[in-house]
Amino acid sequence: MNIRSATPIAFSVNGAPVAVNAPPLARLSNVLRDRLGLSGTKVGCDAGDCGACTVLIDSEPACACMVPAAQVEGAEVRTVEGLADGAVMSALQASFLRHGAAQCGICTPGMLMAATALLERDPHPDEAAVADALGGVLCRCTGYRKIVEAVVSAIPSPLRGGSVSEADRGGDAENAAPPTPDLRTDPPHRGEVKGPVGASPLRLDGPPKVLGTERFGADERPAGCLSVLVIRSPHWHADFSFGDLDGFVRDHPGIVAVFTAADIPGKNAFGVIPPFADQPALAQGRARFRGEAVAIVAGEREAVEALKPAEFPIVWTPLPHALTCAEGRALDQLHGNRPGNILTRGRVVRGDADAALAASEVTASGAIETAYVEHAYIEPEAGHAFMDGDTLVIKACTQSPMMDRDDTALVLGLPRDKVRIVPTATGGGFGSKLDLSVQPLIGLVALKTGRPAALIYTRQESMASTTKRHPASMRATIGADAEGRVTGMVFEGDFNTGAYASWGPTVANRVPVHASGPYFTPNYRALTAAVHTNGPISGAFRGFGVPQAAVMQETLYDELAAKLVMDRLAFRLKNALRNGQPTVSGNVMESGVGMVECLTALENRWQNALAEAAAHNMGDGHVRRGVGIASCWYGCGNTGIPNPSTIRIGVTPDGRLVMHQGAVDIGQGSNTVIPQIAAEALGVPLSAFSFVYGDTHLTPDAGKTSGSRQTYISGKAAEKAGRALRETLLRFANVGDDAQIVFDGAAVTIRDGAASRRIELATLAVGEDGYVFRAEESYDPPTRPLDADGQGKPYAVYGYGAQIVELEVDMRLGTVKLLKITAAHDIGRAINPLLAVGQVEGGIAQGIGMALMEEYVPGRTENLHEYLIPTIGDVPQIETILVEVPDPEGPFGAKGLGEHVLIPTAPSILNAIRHATGALVTRLPATPDRVLAAIAEARR
Amino acid sequence: MRYARPRSLDEALALRAGGRWRVIAGGTDFYPAQGAAPIEDDVLDITAVAGLRGIETGADGWRIGATTTWTDIVRTELPPAFDALRQAAREVGSVQVQNRATIAGNLCNASPAADGVPPLLALGAEVEIASVRGSRRQPLSDFILGNRKTALGADELVTAIRVPKAAGTGRSAFEKLGARRYLVISIAMVAARIAVDASGNVEAAAIAVGSCSPVAMRLTELETALVGRPADATLARAVEPRHLASLSPIDDVRASAAYRREAAREIVARAIARAVAADPVERAA
Repeated sequence: MNIRSATPIAFSVNGAPVAVNAPPLARLSNVLRDRLGLSGTKVGCDAGDCGACTVLIDSEPACACMVPAAQVEGAEVRTVEGLADGAVMSALQASFLRHGAAQCGICTPGMLMAATALLERDPHPDEAAVADALGGVLCRCTGYRKIVEAVVSAIPSPLRGGSVSEADRGGDAENAAPPTPDLRTDPPHRGEVKGPVGASPLRLDGPPKVLGTERFGADERPAGCLSVLVIRSPHWHADFSFGDLDGFVRDHPGIVAVFTAADIPGKNAFGVIPPFADQPALAQGRARFRGEAVAIVAGEREAVEALKPAEFPIVWTPLPHALTCAEGRALDQLHGNRPGNILTRGRVVRGDADAALAASEVTASGAIETAYVEHAYIEPEAGHAFMDGDTLVIKACTQSPMMDRDDTALVLGLPRDKVRIVPTATGGGFGSKLDLSVQPLIGLVALKTGRPAALIYTRQESMASTTKRHPASMRATIGADAEGRVTGMVFEGDFNTGAYASWGPTVANRVPVHASGPYFTPNYRALTAAVHTNGPISGAFRGFGVPQAAVMQETLYDELAAKLVMDRLAFRLKNALRNGQPTVSGNVMESGVGMVECLTALENRWQNALAEAAAHNMGDGHVRRGVGIASCWYGCGNTGIPNPSTIRIGVTPDGRLVMHQGAVDIGQGSNTVIPQIAAEALGVPLSAFSFVYGDTHLTPDAGKTSGSRQTYISGKAAEKAGRALRETLLRFANVGDDAQIVFDGAAVTIRDGAASRRIELATLAVGEDGYVFRAEESYDPPTRPLDADGQGKPYAVYGYGAQIVELEVDMRLGTVKLLKITAAHDIGRAINPLLAVGQVEGGIAQGIGMALMEEYVPGRTENLHEYLIPTIGDVPQIETILVEVPDPEGPFGAKGLGEHVLIPTAPSILNAIRHATGALVTRLPATPDRVLAAIAEARR
Repeated sequence: MRYARPRSLDEALALRAGGRWRVIAGGTDFYPAQGAAPIEDDVLDITAVAGLRGIETGADGWRIGATTTWTDIVRTELPPAFDALRQAAREVGSVQVQNRATIAGNLCNASPAADGVPPLLALGAEVEIASVRGSRRQPLSDFILGNRKTALGADELVTAIRVPKAAGTGRSAFEKLGARRYLVISIAMVAARIAVDASGNVEAAAIAVGSCSPVAMRLTELETALVGRPADATLARAVEPRHLASLSPIDDVRASAAYRREAAREIVARAIARAVAADPVERAA
């Protein structure tokens, strides 16, 4: 009968028999992770929506989060840990590594398992078969193209071959299977590459991601650790009071404590921009958004897991609330010093825009509305905290360890040096993991109880409580003269910034600086407001409002081109910002502006795509083809305020070359790119380095992973540090600048022509830091603050790009099928072409989501089946053209890339839909019902 | 909380008669609904019950066992009338879901967006139900009563889905409309099955629409209108807005009601066109 059998559940895992005393309905994912220590199986949603927990049960893929432990009795379970043969990766794992198919790595185990099942049935699948097999695993980083390539070429074939140069084998990558590079994924060739810069070595942090050994926020839990449950507001806006909290603790054996705002020892107001800090770690008497934390319950794991939040003693008194900017402006003030619920305004004014528009030959005006967009990284926020003596240590996923340290110290009333942040691997961030999440809560429990404390957000909790992309309501007019030169532009935008400040001021300031697009616009006025509401907090999301503004501007550019009867690309090319022309902020770059080069690189594809679409549309079918184009520009780093990075490199007496690299790699590749730059500057192979990664006690501040700043700013610091160490070594050896440095066991050999000098490191004096040689260098971009009209030098480096979208619209259903995207991005110098292409493809996938399907509706789409992000079947072929117009400031000419790549995608899609149908969708996302409604409206 | 995983149907029914149990099979609806909340209900796991999984063909038609998975259906050779069901099987969640989720679970969960329901309605399916009191059969169209509501008694279990011999004729196609390619809840979906007589005219038609009413439904007026018409490329033109008047679509995060009504008409026409297409590739599209 087997009712609540006390018999252990017996099955096999990766070929070894196991017997587990687990509750029969325990999720298999939890049994594998918590009872068998197999944390390679990831949990992203606990609902079968993301596929990260995919394992094979008797060779068939299943989401382990939905399999009762009792059902695997007698079954053969395989997990990612079983793929490698000892240290030798499977061909599939090696292929993932080689193709750059793992970025953050959180979806990688699920992808690998689903693909393994496919390859066992069909060793030579085509792309369609791969998509069918992997359609149930979501990836938010890669855009899936590299994953498809990795799977179709996973089986070594005699047709492929060749070897990989020494430079391609980064530090830990020796475990990779014999390399068999796929010619199709070889980086675009841009002349001879001699050193580490410009090569595409296997990503240095890649092997643990494909082996399943990478440790993310939820993957470590110290012995004796308490679990933490967060009590959150179910109301948009409400006052609350607690009942008998002591009684609640007493009545629940295993519950150790309840903490509320009253228990917070420091300042209960944090925020990424200190002058605007307004968010309580635990709300004090009033909750301002649904999902806001109001109390935490700490206890033994089983006791916390058995809790029902509804039993928590709290009484709510709902208050009037606002969810839109218009409602927000009318609602009673949410914060004392912000009348009209205006958090901040942004303003950039140059010339006389009104006069210019009045004198223009043609003008185009419009309005666009965009939605809340959820970051939807596959790793929900997670981490644990513990006391190490009198220091609070927090190990959690993050994009910004130093900011976490400072804000957590502030909230908990600790000196900064008594808080140590040790970032775990971060399973995607895209801006939201810049803000605090679990840190002050687990920190408070560890501090108050002296016991370790762990907190893993549920998917629902992650979606309800963390930041979003700002919904925008924008209006704009742009004018041009008879020759097609843009004369002026006015732009106004309201950005729904939600209940607390977060990065709202950054969005309000970045948008007016960028809303002209990368075009010379002599007369300009852009005004923005960040408006508080009781919606989710809007914060940083890849592009800080610029992707929304680009939709406004780029759709108007198509209208202007139509009125001028000009080719849309030619119109953009005519107005593209050039060296020596001031931006709308009066920033003049004398060199390095690569906008013309990007558009020129697309001309062939543009003409062909237009011809193919026209030929297709000659028929009278209900599927019409369209082609769209849009551009981007984006300033790298903070806007007109300091944001330095510091990198340290040391040489130990036993000959190790150690780089202290505090820039957090959230999948984008800074763990590889920054060392490549340092290696090039120092003149050694990449494999000479070992690393100390982000740890606020061990690494100097390399700033936050945000603003597309790590390659440029931390990379520049790495370049300076590499050069400084080189100079130190050469001076010590008293040789010329061209000498060669070779790390050779416990010695460094310096060769200068025929001469050779060997430095025995063990004989040298060792500094306090354990190094015999060291270099630590900082770099801060030379910017100038903006004045009241937004004039100044907001950034020292910009990146540029443009994309062409080819698509089909079903005129009867309003469905959009993407056919191809061609992307040309000027990144100055491709430090690592493979990783750069990965950024382009991943950014495009997020742009596709923003354009076609992503709309976070607070309270209604707090999961990954109501909130849709692109699957492997939604991202078409992408052709990436890396344009290299060197920047005089960036390291080896490099510019930022991470955010740029998503900006042109949504406007090119909207422009292509209009090209196909004659209808412009003015409210994002362009879901089938909105597309069909726009077509009907255009026909009226 | 009790958990039971009986081996025989008799045991399962005896348990079911003796208490209030939540029934679990593939778990793909159970766990998402449960979320992080502790499980307090008694749970009856029917995946070990002998004789509940697999498809049998008999003189009176087909019997699809309750715990038959969608992957089982994809991998079973069945007549062309079942093509819509097999196409729908590939659209239920992801491959991971199709490997565990069962056909009876899809019906008992009673979601208006259940992909399995329209093809089964188009096959005239009956639900085979057992309890300690005996067994009974009920047409699928009467079994699902509303959103998350069925006619299953508290002591009953669904043991199989039966497709009568007469309904296994003709060819069928399934159309699903969603906002992304994979793993998507349908905005609307349609199953169409068309049987053709010797002279090439429609002998019988079964058209069912999902996600456009609390329970997926057959379009009987349309079915009647199709009978006797030539089963060729012109057949889809017979679809008129009035044939969809019985639908009652709603506005939700996936689409507006007005859109659903319009799109449903279009995909009904497409499903019909595919069901009568001569080219098997076109039929499978």
